Order: sequence, then C-alpha cells, then structure tokens
Amino acid sequence: MADPGKGRGFLREVLLIAFVMLLALLIAMLLGRIPGAHGADTDTAAPRIVSARVVAPDHVVVRFSAPLSRTDAANFRFSQEKAPDLPLPVSAVQVRSPGRIELTIDRPLRAAEHYRLEVLEPPLARAVRPSSWALLLTVVLSSALINNFVFTRYLGLCIFFGITRKRDAAVGMGATFTLVMVTTGMLSWVLYRFVLRPLSLSFLQILVFIGVVAFLVQMLDTVLKKTHAGLHKKFGIYLMLITTNCIILAVPLLNAAADAGALESLALAMGSGLGFAMALFLMSCARERMELARVPASFEGLPIAFALAGLFALAFMGFSGLDFMR
Amino acid sequence: MSAALHPGPAPRARDLILNGIFGENPVFRLALSLCPAVAVTTTVLNGVLLGVAVLLVQVLSSLTVTLTRRWIHPRVRIPIYTIIIAVWVSVIDMLLAAFTPALYAQVGLYVKLIVAFAIIISRLEVFASRQPLVPSFFDGLGMGLGFLLALVVIGAMRELLGAGSLAGIPLAPGKPLLFFALPAGGFFSIALLMALFNRIERQVTGTRAKAKGGGHG
Repeated sequence: MADPGKGRGFLREVLLIAFVMLLALLIAMLLGRIPGAHGADTDTAAPRIVSARVVAPDHVVVRFSAPLSRTDAANFRFSQEKAPDLPLPVSAVQVRSPGRIELTIDRPLRAAEHYRLEVLEPPLARAVRPSSWALLLTVVLSSALINNFVFTRYLGLCIFFGITRKRDAAVGMGATFTLVMVTTGMLSWVLYRFVLRPLSLSFLQILVFIGVVAFLVQMLDTVLKKTHAGLHKKFGIYLMLITTNCIILAVPLLNAAADAGALESLALAMGSGLGFAMALFLMSCARERMELARVPASFEGLPIAFALAGLFALAFMGFSGLDFMR
Repeated sequence: MSAALHPGPAPRARDLILNGIFGENPVFRLALSLCPAVAVTTTVLNGVLLGVAVLLVQVLSSLTVTLTRRWIHPRVRIPIYTIIIAVWVSVIDMLLAAFTPALYAQVGLYVKLIVAFAIIISRLEVFASRQPLVPSFFDGLGMGLGFLLALVVIGAMRELLGAGSLAGIPLAPGKPLLFFALPAGGFFSIALLMALFNRIERQVTGTRAKAKGGGHG
C-alpha cells in the first residue's frame, strides 16, 4: 500500500463489503421473524412456554408465562429434533423464580443443535432453537475452517488454481466472491423458501439458482460500472468469471439440501466466502514463494500447486475436531 | 483452446475421440473441471457414476446445440447454452437419484454442479456451435470419455491405496494407506498423475509441455 490513493480505495472496498453483509444480516433476522419461515408453533395453551434456550452444555433455561403446578423431572421430556423417539434424560429441575425453570440434562448439549422440549402436565411443547448468535458463529466458523470449500469440499478448484499466482488478484477475487456468495445465497434462499418449496417446484432448483447467479452478477456489473467505476475496473474481470462457477452455485444447493433457515443460509454463505478468500490468500502467498524454488521438471506448474494444496488440506484437517460452543 | 481442429473439413470420428481422451484430456491436459475430479474419486464406482453423468450431459447438450443453433442469436448464446446444460443436468440428476440412490447419496451435490463445468460449455462454444451433427456427437463422446477415464484412473489409484480394494472388491492385503482416501490424498494423487502425464508427454514429443492452468468452473 505504497500510494495513499490505493489505500483509501481498499478501505472503501472493505467498508462496502461490510455494509452489504450488515444489510444481509438485518434482512435475514427480519425474515426469521416471519411466522411461516420456521414452521408452525404449537404453544397456545394457558401457561405458555415463553422461551427455552440451551445456556450451558448441560443446562436448559425455560421461561413460562405462568408458574407450573408440577416441577418434578418426570414432567419434562427433552429430545433432539432429529431423533424425537430418544429422550435425553432430565436429571434435575430447579425452580429459579415462579416462571423460570432450569433443567439439568444428563447428556452434553450443543448450542447450535435443534432440540424439542415437551411438558406432560399441562401438555406443552416447544422447539428449542439455538440462539441466533451461537448459530451464526458456529456455522460461519465451521464452514470457513472445518468444511473449507477448497480444502475439504474441493469446490472452486479451477478458479483457485487459476487465480492464485498473484497475491493482489487473489485478495480482490476473495472479496468479490464473498460479496456475490452472500447476495446470491440470500436471494436464492428467498426464492427457494417462498416460491419453489411451497409450489413443489424443487426439481427446478438447478435452473433457478443458475439464473439467479447470472442475473445478480450481471446486475452487479452494470451497477458497479455506473456508480464505482474504479472498483469496476478492478473487479470487473473477476465478476464475469463468477457467473458459472461451482463454488457460487454450491451455496444455494447446500442450503436447499439442508432446508436451512434464513440465518443459517446467511451464515453458510458468509463462512464459505470467508473460507474461500482465506484459502486464496494463503495459497497465493505460498505460490509466490514457489516461484523461487527449484521444482522437478515434470512437476512444474499445476502438479506442484496441487501438492501444495494437499499440504494445506492436511493442515486444515487439524480443525476437524473443533467445537466452538464448549 | 483447440484451434487446430477447426474451422475446415469435419475431422474423423476416431481422431475426435482420441483427442478427447489424450490430446485434450479435460482433467490432465486442460486442467478443467477439477473439483469433482478430486471430490468424488475416493472409489472407482463414484468416479464411474459422475463420469457417466458428465458423458451423457456433454453428448446430449452438444446434440441439442447442434440441432437448435440456427434459432439461437449469437448475442444470447451463452445464457441459452447454460439453460440447455441446466435442463440436461436436471434430467440426469433425477434419473441417477431414482436408479442409483446409494451411490447418488455420496456424489449428489457434484452431479448438480455439472451445470457449472467449464469443459461442457467450452465444447459447446468451441465445437458444437460450428460443426455438423455427427462430428459434434463424437467430440462430445470423446470429451466425456476422456473425463470418465481420468476419473476412473484417479479413483482406482485412490481406492487401491486408500482402502486396498477395487470397485468394492478387496485386493491388497495388509493395512491400507488411509491418507489417500482423505481430502489431502486427493490433491496429491492428482499432482502425481499430472506429473506422470507431463513426463510421458515429454518423452513422446521431446518438448517441455506443461498442463496449463486456467479456465474455471
């Protein structure tokens, strides 16, 4: 960053990306409030469950709108949403205040997991959803590190090897990709959740998602050209490369396959984008050093780059046991 | 990318197929469509499934483009090609999900991502949009076979070393090298095979040819 104008330009780019991400986060949180977006809630009886939340690896705090008559452990049934037939043992119930009850569960709970709490008397039930921030953090970090798109899912390899010869290009590309991934991810989520799934048109998802990507990239290109000519000059080439790229398309496809909620989709898009940008940066640094190394003739060019990526992949395996919500 | 082939008289079928397998092998020579080449090749069968899917999509979209190109305006050709590929990928995706559910569960995402393969759209742009029906068919067949062959070779190497078996049949006794079944092993296998391809090429032609990086998808 020798010349100051370049530094300012870079700052503006970073600010722009941060602004778009913040906007996407706000939209996702608003969408999460729409009742249809999460499936029906079942709590309508007189003492309602106001909230239920995993607060520690073995504690669940439940708040009721009125005090309960029975507060023994046998009155509560706690299970994973994926396995409703296998209740997790409730070992103790503590009444903190009239409407506030703390359950101790005998199994390690995960903050980003979905659970279901049932009360036998009066008959109540409620899904225990992870708190927004825990979910966001877990999904972002796990998609950036544990399931890094390049090193463990092998997506975007062509562009990964094509663009990492120069560090500047790699940084620009990483930023552009993150931006496009977040915007296309959220737009396709809206289309999938509110149009394709209600109309049972899921089989059209490939066509629709690739249309969304092409449309958004074209739009971003036109808008950038008019409003930020300097930015467009720098990122324009990458934008055109993005249109049919597997790494962009994988985000909506993964979200559709997992039937993810708004916040989860956003977190996946952000995390994968950041993970990809990080992979590009690391690889470009390593390849700049590689220019000076003496490589066996047969390995020159791509083969040695693949071997390098293999070493990075080995290093990233170290993240696989990571659990952020201990 | 392959300026030598066209324009001019339509090349022969045999040359087209051999060109796809050796001269312009999508994976080893052109370094295109690498993502699935690493991702699904932990076993031979996975490689075969994805290779067949790509073969079918390539041939079918080549034929569709050749038959419909007189109605496609040159300015909108790329979006139209993309839609044609997406339609065929959806068809193949649903067929595989219906008839080979067990294998599909492992490679499903990558079958859907065929739509973003640079190799398919580049063959449509470079070949199928200019040549008659029959050569287009053989060009698609050659490229598809080249891709299938590459996936089978990588898959066989990784399964043999990583699991000690071939297509599910145990062959090698003793403890397998788990490393080759891991993500990192995939990268190293391709590095070794590409270097081997380069070496053979160099000995055959006596020149220093490198697999070129570039393209995307």
